[in-house]
Amino acid sequence: MPAGFSALDFYYILPELLLTGGAMVVLLLAVLTPRNDNLLLGVSLGTLVASVLSVSLFSGLDVTAARGLLAVDSFAAFFKFIVLLSAGLTMLMSAPYLRVEGLKAGEYYFLILCATLGMMFMASGVDLITLFIGLETMAVSFYILAGFLKPNPRSNEAAVKYFLLGAFSLGVLLYGMSLVYGATGTTSLQGIAVALSGQSPSMVIVLAVVLIGAGMGFKIAAVPFHMWAPDVYEGAPTPVTAFLSVGSKAASFAMLLRIFVEALPAVAADWSALFWVLAVLTMTLGNIAALTQSNLKRMLAYSSIAHAGYLLIGVVVGTERGVASMLVYLGVYLFMQLGAFAIVVAMRRSDVVGDELKDLGGLFRRSPAAAFMMLLFMLSLGGIPPTAGFMGKVWLFGAAVDAGFVWLAVIAVANSAVSLYYYLRVVVFMWMHEDAQPGSPLVFGPAMTVALGIAILGTVVFGIYPQLLFEQAQAAAGTLEGFSATVALR
Amino acid sequence: MDFIWLIPLLPGVGAAINGLLGIRYFSKVLAARIACATMGAALLLSLVAFLELLGLEHREHVVTLAHWIPPIPLETASGIGAFEVPWAFRLDPLSGMMILIVTGIGFLIHLYSTAYMDHEPRGGYVRFFCYLNLFCFFMLTLVLGSTFLVMFVGWEGVGLCSYLLIGFWYHKQSASDAGKKAFIVNRIGDFGFVLGVFLVFYTFGTVDFREVAEAASHMPVEVAGFGVVSAICLLLFVGAVGKSAQIPLYVWLPDAMEGPTPVSALIHAATMVTAGVYMVGRNAVLFEHAPMVMTVVATVGALTALMAATIGLVQTDIKKVLAYSTVSQLGYMFLATGVGAFAAGAFHLMTHAFFKALLFLGSGSVIHAMDEEQDMKKMGGLKYYMGTTFITMFIGAIAIAGVPPFSGFFSKDEILYRTFLSNKWLWGLAVVTAGMTAFYMFRLIFMTFFGDYRGPGWKHEEHGGHAEEHGHTWHGPHESPRLMTVPLMVLAVGAFAAGFVGVPAALGGGNAIEHFLEPSFVATSASHAGEAEHAVAHLSHGAELALMAFSVLVGLAGISLAYHLYVRRRGQADRLAANWSVAHRVLLNKYYVDEAYGATAIDGTMASARGLWTVDRRVVDGAVNGAGWLTRALSWVSHVLDKYVVDGLVNLVGWICQEGSYLFRRVQTGLIQNYAVATLFGVFAFITMYLVARYVGV
Repeated sequence: MPAGFSALDFYYILPELLLTGGAMVVLLLAVLTPRNDNLLLGVSLGTLVASVLSVSLFSGLDVTAARGLLAVDSFAAFFKFIVLLSAGLTMLMSAPYLRVEGLKAGEYYFLILCATLGMMFMASGVDLITLFIGLETMAVSFYILAGFLKPNPRSNEAAVKYFLLGAFSLGVLLYGMSLVYGATGTTSLQGIAVALSGQSPSMVIVLAVVLIGAGMGFKIAAVPFHMWAPDVYEGAPTPVTAFLSVGSKAASFAMLLRIFVEALPAVAADWSALFWVLAVLTMTLGNIAALTQSNLKRMLAYSSIAHAGYLLIGVVVGTERGVASMLVYLGVYLFMQLGAFAIVVAMRRSDVVGDELKDLGGLFRRSPAAAFMMLLFMLSLGGIPPTAGFMGKVWLFGAAVDAGFVWLAVIAVANSAVSLYYYLRVVVFMWMHEDAQPGSPLVFGPAMTVALGIAILGTVVFGIYPQLLFEQAQAAAGTLEGFSATVALR
Repeated sequence: MDFIWLIPLLPGVGAAINGLLGIRYFSKVLAARIACATMGAALLLSLVAFLELLGLEHREHVVTLAHWIPPIPLETASGIGAFEVPWAFRLDPLSGMMILIVTGIGFLIHLYSTAYMDHEPRGGYVRFFCYLNLFCFFMLTLVLGSTFLVMFVGWEGVGLCSYLLIGFWYHKQSASDAGKKAFIVNRIGDFGFVLGVFLVFYTFGTVDFREVAEAASHMPVEVAGFGVVSAICLLLFVGAVGKSAQIPLYVWLPDAMEGPTPVSALIHAATMVTAGVYMVGRNAVLFEHAPMVMTVVATVGALTALMAATIGLVQTDIKKVLAYSTVSQLGYMFLATGVGAFAAGAFHLMTHAFFKALLFLGSGSVIHAMDEEQDMKKMGGLKYYMGTTFITMFIGAIAIAGVPPFSGFFSKDEILYRTFLSNKWLWGLAVVTAGMTAFYMFRLIFMTFFGDYRGPGWKHEEHGGHAEEHGHTWHGPHESPRLMTVPLMVLAVGAFAAGFVGVPAALGGGNAIEHFLEPSFVATSASHAGEAEHAVAHLSHGAELALMAFSVLVGLAGISLAYHLYVRRRGQADRLAANWSVAHRVLLNKYYVDEAYGATAIDGTMASARGLWTVDRRVVDGAVNGAGWLTRALSWVSHVLDKYVVDGLVNLVGWICQEGSYLFRRVQTGLIQNYAVATLFGVFAFITMYLVARYVGV
């Protein structure tokens, strides 16, 4: 045990420890009873639940652990809940998918748990090294997951592309981090902030801002660092795509906020401008590219790029309210995006791939339940009341207007209008187009039903009663801001 | 008292249980029990809440259940305000009275319906109770809501339930049409209401009734001009006009009689249609600051009262008479609020709820007895067959005619008195209406219960005959079962006695209800309730008594005229109708208002829609097609260029690559490097941006 680590430190990483232990158990079980999918799913979900419970043990705390490498605060807790929930939903929707594709459940769940572990460290890390290791843990798991459909060339292509470009962008990110270290002599976010406060920022730091921005921009698929996303999203197994577009994105946003808001408040004006440009490029290109897609997964990939653009608004605004709105939007996005992907997963049957837009033709007549749920998710993604997506956008754009970024809000609203075209096109296909190749009937197994139920519940409840989410988000944003505020005082 | 949120919730739970499980699984008895039990519990809670309210000094209690809409910054007249809406309920005298009416009469009507709807098949029966419970849920939300928005949830909800229940027998074309008509006409009113709420928020920065009243009480009364408060009140009144069926939006209510009779009694007489009156009363402070709008309210009310009464004179469908009577009485209530007598309006709302629910349920009992016959020409002499129904309806008719000491007398007289003080012309209209009311109501009683039986014959058959063949054989008019007559009796007691809470000072009473309700109509910080009262002009008790005697005489004259025409010298009425055939036909056809709306609003909309469609097809599509042609032409040019210039270069590479799959080609030709280049390009572009910003200085 390294010097300076106490038993308390291990208590504070209990959620992560549980996750690690659970992952190991799953891997062992996969060897012992490789065919018992239900057991593996149960153990994996149990691990997630245990982790969620242990995260809630620390509610209200705001401390650092492990010699200042990790923070245990509401911000971390919020993101941990988000990634754990998205991991859970992903596993639930994976169960039928793995069966249809004939994949090995054990390794799959193990990798999902590993990726989740990485994300948790990205949420709580307050040191560049911790954050980087969290990011790597997540990324390596995803490289494998993206190529999990081994006989499928597209899946292989996705894995290779993601790996190569991921390595490249990590290089860029590390370069930026090393510049920061070189300029300040520390990797602690708090230390960096202290070292940078009170002096005019050097060009080295600005260069580091751009490089770290690019590296994180790659992870959240911000234009022009997004090129990998459509190919990888389309090629990867659908539940993995879902997890990639929600869990990975959320964790990366957590890391991005940690680095920029906590470590680099001294150059806030510089990175705010950078993200302004990134936000506008990302939402505009994402939405316009989505217009002409005929593949549902690819369309959702571009839609997810566009949503990263909306989310960046919160970073640009950079105030407590801006960050809180962004967290609300992330919470909302989790349900609607995973819900939409769950429908795409449900469309995959032994005889139908089901990820083309035309596969949805006449879905309303074949499976009204699926069609209605998809309608709800599409309306929410498009931001139509009374769904959660509407509430999220109201706050996010409202925060932008409030902070004086009126043009950004105008562009975002115009983008939302554009996005309605392709979201409603899905609805048109489901209701008005002639029936697609019927294939075997759509059946929702118990796991899928639970996943869709949660997604629908979130999309509806937060649309009607958003206060619940808002309070959590505000508390989370508060701890982040509070941290930087105390730094500024020193 | 913190439990008042349970009052709306209970029927809501009943509706949810019956709606989710009942329609599929429950028996009729179980569904009816759930519905009645939830309403009964709500009634008990309302009683407890009301008693506790009497013990409160401030006569007000607000329960905030949850923060519904968290603060959203929005533009208001005084800078950015936070649009924040709690899910809160307010119990004060006005809403206290309303919840008693809704749960009390609602409970009786639930009981009545268990017998009245018995002929329905199981699924329809359960569906009916589900809707009925749902209605009570929304109605109680409406009256208890402490902000415009919560009220609006109830407001729209009762509209929805009204639509569902009017069209309950949806296989009947007329019923589903009537449902749609009610819904669409109400949309016009709701549009006004919503705009009013927008303007309220913009002006005051809040949508809480109490805060709005506070803020408004500090604003000047808009005596001379038409200011923002007047605009708000006018818009809100448009909403009230739709919901409470006033000119010009009253047309949906008579058609709403297509619904089952208990629905007409509950929704289209006692509760929902009074929501408009309630809403105006709820915003009394606002309206008092807009005298011009008050005049509009009073005038619309008086004219509606008169017009509906004249139509009621000649209708022969028993429910249509009652429907027009309801429109007319609602006009009275608006007349009262329009002359500033909010308490009198609310008082009449309460007594009207009793006697009109009674009359409707009585007519339902008659219709039940006559095997779904609604035409009074085919009735007559029914008092010999159904004594209880006759006596209770007779009490209801006396009450509405304004004969002392029945309830209608006190409330109507208060309105007439206050109108007299404010505007003699409107008073004249109201008195004429009172006479007509007495006439058509006793015409209804006489045509239905007196004289000879004019209905179809029936077979007196022995038991074990061929009754089974038809499943349901009519055995002639008969008294309704106890479950229907008991609510009638309870309501009859109410119709008789409800007025005693408002005996005016001139008759030695204390007008208790007015003093009780007063806190609901003033802002708390305003001068004491009594002072506003003193500002109102007074007549001597002698003059007041004379007015009272006059209106009673008018009512009695109406009754005796009806007796003369329909009992003593039967046939006289038909001769009269023949002599005045033009007037009679106009009234019979309800002034041709529906036809006029059909010819103007509906045909106009259709015509303009067709016109726009033509424009769309000819002009817009033409432009689009033109643009499309242009694009095709351009693309042809580009295609030619492409084919001979660009392709020449590309073809060599392209031809080789065509052999491999599209996917394969993408990986092999190394697009991934392009991706990396794009990333690098982005990095360099941003660095350049900063360099330029820093050293050139943008």
